[in-house]
Amino acid sequence: MTPGTQLEPKTYRATRLDLVKYAGASGDFNPIHTNERIAKSVGLPNVIAHGMYTMAQAGRYATELADGDPGRITEFSVRFSAMVVVPDDDDGATIEVCGAVAAEQPDPDHVVVEITARQDGTKVLSRTRAVIRQG
Amino acid sequence: MAINPAYVGKAFEPSAPYEVSRVKIAEFATAIGEQSPLCYDKEAAVKAGYPDVIAPPTFAIVISSAGASTAVRDPGLGLNYAMVVHGEQSFTHGRPLHAGDVVVTQTTIERIRSIGKHTSITMRTEITTTDGEHVCTARNTLVERGEL
Repeated sequence: MTPGTQLEPKTYRATRLDLVKYAGASGDFNPIHTNERIAKSVGLPNVIAHGMYTMAQAGRYATELADGDPGRITEFSVRFSAMVVVPDDDDGATIEVCGAVAAEQPDPDHVVVEITARQDGTKVLSRTRAVIRQG
Repeated sequence: MAINPAYVGKAFEPSAPYEVSRVKIAEFATAIGEQSPLCYDKEAAVKAGYPDVIAPPTFAIVISSAGASTAVRDPGLGLNYAMVVHGEQSFTHGRPLHAGDVVVTQTTIERIRSIGKHTSITMRTEITTTDGEHVCTARNTLVERGEL
C-alpha cells in the first residue's frame, strides 16, 4: 500500500437493537445507550452509541484492510470527537468510515492506516490509527 | 470536587483471572457485526496460524474496563463519574486474544491533566496471561466535564 493512498470508504450501521446487543456483549449497561428517556433526562439529544461500538466499526474497517484477519491489527487507537446519535427507527445511525495509508511508514512489516469516522458529516472518530501487520 | 493529582502513578491490585471463551468472542463479534470466520470457526483460526478463535481488536475492552472501572470508582480519586465521557482509547496487541486464554489485568493511572474546565485522566491496563505472557496494553482516557 503506497503512502498517501486514499482507501475506499465504507458505511456501517448502529440501530437501537445493535446497541442493546453491544451492551450485553460488552457489559456496558449505561442506560444512555439504550433508554431514550434517561438519555434525554441528562441533556443528550437522544440515545447515543457506545463510543466503543463506534470504535469497533472502525475496527471492522481495519479488519477488512487486513484481509479479514483481526489478529493482524497490532495497534488501534481513537479519539472520540463527537457522539453518534441513534434515532428510534429501522435504519438507525449511519457511520461513514474512510481511511488513508499514512505518509509515514516506520516499519516495513506493518502498514499504518489513518481512519476517520463521520455521522452526517460530523467527525465522530478523529486521530484514529490502525497498525496492520503485513500478511 | 477536584480530581486528586496524588493519584498519578497509582497502581491498582491485579484483577481476578478472566477466561476468554469461544462463546464470548462469538457474542462480541456478532454484536459489532464482525463476520470474520476467525472469530467463529476454530478450524479457520487454526488454518490461519492461531491456537483457537481470535477476538476482534476492541474485545480487550471487555477485560480491561473492569480494572479501569475499579480505578475510576476509587473514592480517593474524587472523579465525578456522572460527568465523565470517553475521550480516547487505544490497544497495543502483542498478539490477539484467543479462546482459552486466562488473563489478569493490572491498571495504573498514568496521567491527570486539566484542560480548561475539564480534567482528563489516562489509565493504562496491562493484560497478561496467568503464565506471565503480555498480551495487550489498553489505554483509556476519560474526560470529566467541569461545570459550565
